Amino acid sequence: MLYLLLFSLAFVFTIQSHSYHKSKFINSANFLSGGIYNSINDASEYLNLRTQNTLLQEENNQLKSILFNKTDTISKTFIDSTYSGTSYKFSPAVVIKNSYSLSNNVLLLNKGRRDSIQQDFGVVSPKGLVGIVDKTSKKYATVISILNTSSRISAQLKKSNHFGSLIWNGKSPYLVQLTEIPKIAPIVVGDTIITSGRSSIFPKNIPIGTIDSFNLDTSQNYYVIHIRLFNDMTSLEHVYIIENKDANEINALINNTNE
Amino acid sequence: MNSIIFTHTFRFIILALLQVLVLSHINFLGYINPYPYILFILLYPLKNNRVIFILISFLLGLTIDTFLDSGGVHAAASVSIAFIRPFILKFSFGAVYDHQTMKFSNVEFGSKLTYFAILILIHHFILFSLEIFNFSKIILILQNTLFSSIFTIILCILTTVIFSRRN
Repeated sequence: MLYLLLFSLAFVFTIQSHSYHKSKFINSANFLSGGIYNSINDASEYLNLRTQNTLLQEENNQLKSILFNKTDTISKTFIDSTYSGTSYKFSPAVVIKNSYSLSNNVLLLNKGRRDSIQQDFGVVSPKGLVGIVDKTSKKYATVISILNTSSRISAQLKKSNHFGSLIWNGKSPYLVQLTEIPKIAPIVVGDTIITSGRSSIFPKNIPIGTIDSFNLDTSQNYYVIHIRLFNDMTSLEHVYIIENKDANEINALINNTNE
Repeated sequence: MNSIIFTHTFRFIILALLQVLVLSHINFLGYINPYPYILFILLYPLKNNRVIFILISFLLGLTIDTFLDSGGVHAAASVSIAFIRPFILKFSFGAVYDHQTMKFSNVEFGSKLTYFAILILIHHFILFSLEIFNFSKIILILQNTLFSSIFTIILCILTTVIFSRRN
């Protein structure tokens, strides 16, 4: 009897963990597991300082080239003085637990509610998309990685505006799948895929990866595209959390329209 | 009695920490990880209170789940093998087990291997079935079960050989 009770309890936890944003109790963003992962990461991050430095330098290089080649926009006058023009706020964080070999991978970051991180904030790395914040505790946050079979993110082709959902089939940590791209879209192997900005989570133009191969799905109307990620999801360290300050407004508007 | 409790508490903590900090990040060939934390359940004293044993196994699984963000898959698998352990013990050790005289340190290697292998295979099968949770991916489940089990069995046998007390 006790066995059946405990087994069904564990089973309920499992079911919850498979449905998006439902798992309530069992996650690693608590002070014990978060604290242990944090102190271990403090020690182990020295081991790959060199590669992480190179990554950050590459990103600096890229940002500098944008900065110095930019046309002057500062001298333009703003008509509405309360509107600053920036609705996305970035904050840096460190991945203290990475995971990529399961079928539902969850990362742990060293920022939490104390740093005003909330559910449904986006997470990107210098090279591309990482995932979406799920649970937060005072000091830590869990992230549903794009390598999670329950993750769905809106993405599009860079050269045309055809968009679809980004999912993962659970096989390779280097490949994700883009579905629901209509047959009419012009796609070529090697094309770049970016976020579409059609959700309130990610801004547009965050790079995701390049097309590795594609085929039609069973209904023969939509493509299933395999995308090779720019990110190496197996070695993540420094990431940025994106807060969309307009998210509440957008979601409220959409909910109102639906009712 | 106190020393037994101390040994097992110590073993619980060490195995759980080792599992979540080291062994879950091996990713041999990309996805193969051993789960030798269940050594705690395999080597739990034979004369035990069944209720407490099942509860402790559940707690161990849940601890691993919390660290690995895997819902309740480890808890479910651990509590299952804790439940069926007596039957497997009887099956692999036969008469020795019936007379309540056996100790893990002085049993035949062959029957110990059978005992470990059966429980580990069952544990891993439940684990991966619940984790992948998609019956159409049965091949992937079986493949993961097989490879991880081999890895876990080797590690468990090695650990018991290294840490066995010579009388």
